[in-house]
Amino acid sequence: MPEVKEATDSYFADFMRLEREANHFPAWLGELRKKALEEFAEAGFPTTRHEAWRFTNVSRIAETRWCAPETSANGAAASLLDRHAIPGVAARIVFVDGLFAPELSALENLPEGLQVVALRRAQQQPSGDLPGRWIESHLARHAAIGENAFVALNTAFFQDGALIHLAPGTDLKNPVHVLYLRASNGAHTATHPRTLVVTGHQSRGGIIESYVGQTDEACFTNAVTEIAVGEDSSVEHLKLQDEAENAFHVGTVQAVQARSSRFLSHSVSWGAALARHDINAVLAGEGAECTLNGLFQVTGQQHVDHHTCLDHAQPHCSSREYYRGVLDGRSTGVFNGAILVRKDAQKTDAIQSNKNLLLSEDAVINTKPELQILADDVRCTHGATVGQLDSEALFYLRARGIGLEAARHLLIRAFANEVIGRISFAPARQRLAERLLGRLSKGWTSEDSL
Amino acid sequence: MLKIKNLHARAAGKEILKGVDLEVNKGEVHAIMGPNGSGKSTLAQVLAGHAVYEVTEGEILYKGKDLISLAPEDRAREGIFLAFQYPMEIPGVSNMYFLRAALNNIRKHQGVPELDAMDFLSLVREKMKVLDIDEALMSRAVNEGFSGGEKKRNEIFQMAVLEPALAIMDETDSGLDIDALRVVANGVNALRSGDRAIIVVTHYQRLLNYIVPDFVHVLYNGRMVKSGDKELALELEKKGYGWLDEELQENRLYA
Repeated sequence: MPEVKEATDSYFADFMRLEREANHFPAWLGELRKKALEEFAEAGFPTTRHEAWRFTNVSRIAETRWCAPETSANGAAASLLDRHAIPGVAARIVFVDGLFAPELSALENLPEGLQVVALRRAQQQPSGDLPGRWIESHLARHAAIGENAFVALNTAFFQDGALIHLAPGTDLKNPVHVLYLRASNGAHTATHPRTLVVTGHQSRGGIIESYVGQTDEACFTNAVTEIAVGEDSSVEHLKLQDEAENAFHVGTVQAVQARSSRFLSHSVSWGAALARHDINAVLAGEGAECTLNGLFQVTGQQHVDHHTCLDHAQPHCSSREYYRGVLDGRSTGVFNGAILVRKDAQKTDAIQSNKNLLLSEDAVINTKPELQILADDVRCTHGATVGQLDSEALFYLRARGIGLEAARHLLIRAFANEVIGRISFAPARQRLAERLLGRLSKGWTSEDSL
Repeated sequence: MLKIKNLHARAAGKEILKGVDLEVNKGEVHAIMGPNGSGKSTLAQVLAGHAVYEVTEGEILYKGKDLISLAPEDRAREGIFLAFQYPMEIPGVSNMYFLRAALNNIRKHQGVPELDAMDFLSLVREKMKVLDIDEALMSRAVNEGFSGGEKKRNEIFQMAVLEPALAIMDETDSGLDIDALRVVANGVNALRSGDRAIIVVTHYQRLLNYIVPDFVHVLYNGRMVKSGDKELALELEKKGYGWLDEELQENRLYA
């Protein structure tokens, strides 16, 4: 496809510029980036002829000549942070238009065992320094550049991002908040944020990643997060995508779980014109447990796509997946839930559920389970529903004096709260519940929880 | 309080109410009895404003105003309460939230100050004692996982909190054991007052031993065919509904 080739050509020029400027790369990373760029050029942007991209057309991303945002100190970032900061977190690391913003971050007095650093700074440390070693042994080891062109693109171009490390035995009470803010008003800007989470054995902690923005022009965020969950440790990860309404967001979250570990993933997606999330976990050690929990709520012309993959590679692992979608207007949604049970993964216990609420006649959801089971002693179940608000429940609420609009909102919130309720950090839950309320209606206010 | 004249209503193209007349005044308790399929529940749902039923003829006046043109929520705000035969389960919404939203909507409409969480809680506690309801119920989702009896009791509890002017009980007794029936009846009796009217829709006379009605009406094939006092309920209990058929046949023959 010549047009796709052309689309990737311009990235070589950008890359050469990046190479010239980025003398702070260690040699191995330079090599990795070069390889990633080659992978990207080879694959090109996916088209709707690729099975995994059948319902998500990224031609507008492919055809746009993106450039790095101008960095300018402006009040927009501070006001975005005001709106999206979550109280009570253990640490906050903020990136504005792709670059670390130390003045907006809160990285002092971290609990013992927790390290939070900007990737770029960590790379500049003398070699042999711990963060540098963590990066070298984990970066791009989990999210493969050969399988997803956007991951390759991010690997070639990421400028900065967060590195979070939990030392063995660390028990983090409150989560770390990573914020990727888009505040630049330049046309056609792209950022490629990269997040790396590494946890030692018998540790426990939470990470919240917020992608939020307020931009007048179309922008593109291409994020990759890698999470290495150590043996017997537990990680809770929340990805909140609440970007500007003209934004494109493509992101991969790739977790790899060691023996007896637990990984709890939440994906909440309600911003952007087009959002595509690949959320993958490899249950790579015996007795690992994984929960993928997700909520998308879109309206207007928005498009949101969740492709999840649970790779059961070892025996005695269990996974639970709960995804819910609320679609209004002419919005479209995709849920594709892959479960792979490898030959050795006996006694796998996997349950998947996807429920969708269509609030208008023009909204569309494509939902598909994709089970590939190569072991014989397993339990795998899946179910998907697509429906409207229950008219009898609406009547019941109205018959008690609750108005039609309020009754509709109440039922939508109740539907979404099943997902939000699984988030264990209460301030995050509350923030999401408030935002949901604000999205449903400007006139409907209440401080009460349902 | 309520005047129903020649009410016709249909659902899915089928006529169910074929000219119902009924007049209910303040302070009265009316029982509406009738065999299955006679239109009892339809009448209850039409009064609450269920959109599945279309009123094709006749009128309903409530406090002298046309009821048919009012949305269900406006009827509730004007003081009409339907205790559902099959109360809905609403996962994700607690009883506390739901009932306070309901009460405050009604209070707002009536120009009375809304209740904050604390005042609401003390009101609810007081009503719980009367109805022997466990406080844990308030934090549970509306009717979710409730037994049939718990759902019915929850309806009566909601009624006690909302204090409607006109309460309509749609087969609240169905599926209740004798203890639950007594609790429900006590709840209803506690609400009896000179300002309030109650319509009890039931298939069986049993409930009327506990909630003694002032008037008993028989709804049959979409029409009120007989009215009387509580003795009529006993007569129906003894003879069943079959004799009505014969009597009506005769009436038609000699008419």
